[in-house]
Amino acid sequence: MGNLLEHMGIEKDRVHFSWISSAEATKFVDVVKEISEKVRALGPNKKLVKDYN
Amino acid sequence: MDTCINKIREIALKLLEKKEVEKVIGFGNGTIPMATSPIAVTSKQDIKKLVFNSRCGLNLANYIRNQKGKIAVIAKGCDSRNIVTHIVENQVKRDQLYIIGVPCRGMVDKTKIASLFEDEILEFSEHGDTLEVKSSLKEEKLDKKDYLRENCRLCMHKNPVIYDELACDLVEEQTFDTPYPDVEKIEAMDPDTKWQHFTDLTKNCIRCYACRNACPICYCPTCFVDESGPQWVGKGQNETDVNTFHFLRAFHCGGRCTDCGACVEACPMDINVRDFTRKLNKDSFEMFGWEAGLDPTRRPPLDVYSPDDPNDFIK
Repeated sequence: MGNLLEHMGIEKDRVHFSWISSAEATKFVDVVKEISEKVRALGPNKKLVKDYN
Repeated sequence: MDTCINKIREIALKLLEKKEVEKVIGFGNGTIPMATSPIAVTSKQDIKKLVFNSRCGLNLANYIRNQKGKIAVIAKGCDSRNIVTHIVENQVKRDQLYIIGVPCRGMVDKTKIASLFEDEILEFSEHGDTLEVKSSLKEEKLDKKDYLRENCRLCMHKNPVIYDELACDLVEEQTFDTPYPDVEKIEAMDPDTKWQHFTDLTKNCIRCYACRNACPICYCPTCFVDESGPQWVGKGQNETDVNTFHFLRAFHCGGRCTDCGACVEACPMDINVRDFTRKLNKDSFEMFGWEAGLDPTRRPPLDVYSPDDPNDFIK
């Protein structure tokens, strides 16, 4: 699914897949930090977004 | 390929006379030149309505579900692969089918032919590899190999993979060093160009769902686009809704699509819907060594778990 999204032009760093156990709090923090940084670098997403206004 | 039809009719006659099957599902002539439509023949006198030529671009595997009794179906390479997919997905039982295999020499791209003419095509006939097309203004003789559909040009399974009887001799299969040149072309683009490509591709989509209806593997009793509680996707022409529809439909075909081209054949707006599904076919092939519908004993890759499954995407 990630591959097809990327194929359609959704930037690779925008979609992340991860498996984190409820006991792995530190891993959760690390992954979220990493994702936030990558997504911040890309800026707001304008693709596959529906404008209701 | 014209010679196949006599053998197809002969087999159909034999099956109906012996009452081995309730009906024979095949192609009949459509209402306009170049068009063919799926038909079910139940009586001997209707057998002459069966045709087989290079305009039979739809997939007959789409019409074998929910049938009573035993049925015969005419199957090109891709149709037979979709029959295998149906068997694997328990949509039909093998012993309920009599498969008349037809090795396929490719179907023609009707839009490409129509674009050569300014007016309506009035007559179409084929003799071996030569196509004769007539309109009121001109007459053209075309070489069939220049007008094959894109999926037929890149086809690697022209011969039926499963059949009870063949209607003509097997044909030579093609092999390619790069079987997915079209996908690679899109993969080489940057994200914004890719997005633009797909937005342009679907901008004429009228959401008629002909692609879904022609697709043999789109058989959910209620499609996600028709669902109203919850409504997964908007029903209008909104660009995001249109792209969501195409994206999700393609994803549902992941590891199941045989690239038969029925979706493109059915599209009234000439959208190459295969640009979506081909990527998944390429991924299935590269990640799982999988091509759909080749083996009735194997489960599709997204249906089974194996410790060897590639999982680089997960962190």
